Amino acid sequence: MAKQFPYIGNSEIEQEAILEYLGIKSAEDLFVDIPKEYRDSNLSEIPSSISEMQLVEHLTLLSEKNINPNPSKSFIGAGAYHHYIPSTVLSLAQRGEYLTSYTPYQAEVSQGTLQVTYELQSLITELYGMDVANAGMYEGGSSLAEAALMACRVKNIYKVACLSTIAPRYKEVLRSYLAPQSIEIVFMDTNDVDMKKDEYACLIVQYPNFYGSIEDMRALSDTAHKSNSLFVVSADPLAAVMYKAPGDYGADIVVGEGQGLGIPISFGGPYIGLFACKSEYLRQMPGRIVGKTVDKRGDSAFVLTLQTREQHIRRERATSNICTSEALMGLMMTIYVATLGKSGLQQVASSCFHNAHYAAEQISQIDGFELINSQPFFNEFVIACPISPKIINKKLIEVGIIGGLDISDQIDNGILFCFTEIHSKESIDSLVDNLKHVN
Amino acid sequence: MSQNEIRYSKEHEWVKSTEQGLFLVGVTEFAQEQMGDVVYVEMDDVGTSCNQFTKVGEIESVKAVSDLYTPIGGEIVEVNEELINNPELVNNDPLNGGWMLKIKVSDIQEINNLMTEEEYKNYIQQL
Amino acid sequence: MSEYNKMPLLMDLSRKDKFGVSLSDIDVPLSELPESSLLREDIQLPELSQLDVVRYFTNLSQMNYSIDTQFYPLGSCTMKYNPKINDQLASLKGFSNIHPLIEESLVQGSLELMFNLQSYLSNISGMTATSLSTMAGAQGELAGVLMIKAFHEKQSTSSKRNVILIPDSAHGTNPASASMAGFSVKSIPSDQNGNMDIDVLKENANENLAGIMLTLPSTLGLFDNQIVDICNIVHEAGGLVYGDGANMNAWMGQTKLGDLGFDVIHINLHKTFSTPHGGGGPGSGPVCVNDTLLNYLPGPVVQRNSNVYEFVEMPDTIGHLGAFHGNFGVLVRAYCYIRALGKEGIPEVSKNAVMNANYIMNKLKHAYDIGFDNRSICMHEVVFTARKQKQNGVKGLDIAKRLLDYGYHAPTMYFPLIVDEALMVEPTESESKNTLDKFIDAMLQIADECENNSELLHEAPHNTPVQRLDEALAARQPNLKWSTK
Repeated sequence: MAKQFPYIGNSEIEQEAILEYLGIKSAEDLFVDIPKEYRDSNLSEIPSSISEMQLVEHLTLLSEKNINPNPSKSFIGAGAYHHYIPSTVLSLAQRGEYLTSYTPYQAEVSQGTLQVTYELQSLITELYGMDVANAGMYEGGSSLAEAALMACRVKNIYKVACLSTIAPRYKEVLRSYLAPQSIEIVFMDTNDVDMKKDEYACLIVQYPNFYGSIEDMRALSDTAHKSNSLFVVSADPLAAVMYKAPGDYGADIVVGEGQGLGIPISFGGPYIGLFACKSEYLRQMPGRIVGKTVDKRGDSAFVLTLQTREQHIRRERATSNICTSEALMGLMMTIYVATLGKSGLQQVASSCFHNAHYAAEQISQIDGFELINSQPFFNEFVIACPISPKIINKKLIEVGIIGGLDISDQIDNGILFCFTEIHSKESIDSLVDNLKHVN
Repeated sequence: MSQNEIRYSKEHEWVKSTEQGLFLVGVTEFAQEQMGDVVYVEMDDVGTSCNQFTKVGEIESVKAVSDLYTPIGGEIVEVNEELINNPELVNNDPLNGGWMLKIKVSDIQEINNLMTEEEYKNYIQQL
Repeated sequence: MSEYNKMPLLMDLSRKDKFGVSLSDIDVPLSELPESSLLREDIQLPELSQLDVVRYFTNLSQMNYSIDTQFYPLGSCTMKYNPKINDQLASLKGFSNIHPLIEESLVQGSLELMFNLQSYLSNISGMTATSLSTMAGAQGELAGVLMIKAFHEKQSTSSKRNVILIPDSAHGTNPASASMAGFSVKSIPSDQNGNMDIDVLKENANENLAGIMLTLPSTLGLFDNQIVDICNIVHEAGGLVYGDGANMNAWMGQTKLGDLGFDVIHINLHKTFSTPHGGGGPGSGPVCVNDTLLNYLPGPVVQRNSNVYEFVEMPDTIGHLGAFHGNFGVLVRAYCYIRALGKEGIPEVSKNAVMNANYIMNKLKHAYDIGFDNRSICMHEVVFTARKQKQNGVKGLDIAKRLLDYGYHAPTMYFPLIVDEALMVEPTESESKNTLDKFIDAMLQIADECENNSELLHEAPHNTPVQRLDEALAARQPNLKWSTK
């Protein structure tokens, strides 16, 4: 008997029965449209089938080739954050009814996913202080790029201004998305923003910026609006629990990375890009949107709406080609916020702030270590070190600590440190002690 | 063409004269039925000049977008603001309350490129 | 609007001072807060006990159809079984707790997995190299056309090649992606066999041609046997050929798009390689290229140098389309799926997917017309048309909604656009003949209802958590979030 595969539904007997019904001897007869000389099943690069038990062993070994992760001894952030994820998040999000459902086009049998998405949109608008939000984008970087494209559509101007303090990786994504449409990006220093009237579609600001600092949002918003440009903010949603919401500064489009709110850090993905805007720009927004309506009986229910913006209807004139909303990540974020609740989320934000400020004070007291941030910050800051960050991080690894991000390409001997509620005083003190001895 | 006389385009728009030189433009009963529930109408701004049979707006139903082509050239002098909050007027009253644009016509002869009511009736029967 | 909600919202359940998890106290000395003008005054968020949260999301989940609970004959979406072990292995701490910016020498396990997955996908597709960085099919498409653009610009800085040809049967993402890449899009009609109209292709194969975007088999579920000629015509005109991997479940292990003449394809790991759809993402859309486009791959790509794995950027790369390295958690699942099937299992997948689709087509072809009925075999999916039922006043939509009452997810409706009242069925290899027989019975009963009890269909579904929705109201008066007092 030929080898059986558990993910294939038909037994050999059932396969025979189907072939018999079709009146053919072999399934080969179903592939006659493929020119014979191009039939090719050589899969020499792929090893032979293994059992589930062997698979577990193989993947476990592979995962053990990575550093043994201990988030409380890891001090790297820069757009992806270690946070504690409550038990509710994974246990509920792994339910097959969510995990293995399709995009909720059939609203009658998708109210679970649809209602969760409506909750998510509500939470995003509240966190950011905005009118409307979509169901989610791929992640923070591409979400920002889509915001820039949207600003260009709204203003019909194909040039954008961007503070040079946004994350370098976000700059790269912006370039990859904007250059093909011949949209020019002009990077400006925070203190040297120069925008002529009607010259730029938008001004892009990161909040807090890549180096952890809170920009002068009021002034930047005024500058953008005076020159008839949109004010586009890439905001950390957790920082916006403590600091003012971007919407409070009159932001027109707010985007960000949702990973920090209940999504595993998972080597960079999958994450969820958040996307919110003022209601006047709703019809230019990319991505999926869920709305509340009624069914035939008059009961309230949820449905995908405003779909004429999207690729499956408007094709080459769509607001974007996107056709995902990272729904599962949106579900995790919604469960996370629901579980922590108002007080829990405020406590996490507060814990991030105080841990980071305690650490900044302790580290900057070590000889030769200097805090670079002069503006207020949230949970990340830059330290200029007396020696190369490369050497420092290497020594920290020897004692099981993952140091901050080496940004010496941007700031002399600079390290970008990050602290969250996952760190205790003990773990911070241990980092500080070790930094004292690297010299 | 006399007051209130109506002419039709192949794209299922109608035009009728109101005051001196001003014409109303909208879509036909046939068009609204094809589109289904209209949920949003977006028209070019007042002051825009347009040539006959060029695109002057978009009509959205739940799952389709249709272009609106003006059956007659000229300058848009008014758009039906009622449609912003009540797009269903296009379905319920396409020939009156669901009008879309008021146009100051530049060349009245263009009317001759359009169908009369009877010609249009025959036209849609053949579709 | 009625205030009756099947399920209250989080904010309706919220009661002051509740919380769902205990957190550690802050144990560092408190620092001074920034000036109050920078700080937020209040935030409106739900306050619930842990049990409130668990019941809320559990009850809501039960209002969903899913692969774990129902058969999903959803054409073009390849809703196959999502193996449980893959979720479990992607959650191993050594994968899920790793920060993306850790030095490469400390994450060799993750890089080795990515390197091997790249080579498996290249092997299956017959291509030279693969980048795993693109996070969904649509982003893979965008990367593909961006590479085509970069290629032409590198050949000549004054390249006039700005037209992408796309068959009229294509998914909407194809033209949307081409237009995001700054191309203008031209549609090519299908002939009476559901194949591309070669004469129209030839007319457009000129000095403006940048490339063509093809889905193979086409969205009609048909394998265009002129495919090699099409690739040749495009190449001779100086264009490149892009392949949408949406329908890869039909050909994996049977043929290779690289051999047929494609220059770049994207693969949907969330379809062909069994990673869960999650109710609309996350997906993953790796791009595979031949030698022509090798240097243009989006970054990063994993390379091996004397048994050390590292991230590299290709010399003419189109850049990064996301901040990090793609949807790693999805990559782990796809890797597991390939290893579990192995080289022996992969051709069995496509074989069974195609057999199942042909079984359904032949069992139902007397009750429902077939979109292109002059073809005797289909590939992994079959497009029916409800034109026969339309004569009784029943639409494809009604049939799809009635299926929900029978406990099946609806087929894909009204796609491809070129088939009137299309109903597209894709069974996948996961389903057994036993399941298909029950589904076929349901479809036959519905065909009977169309003739004898069409009222029942207009009102369907009857047994679902909610009935048909007022979509016009949703779009006319958008209500997109709860209101806070």
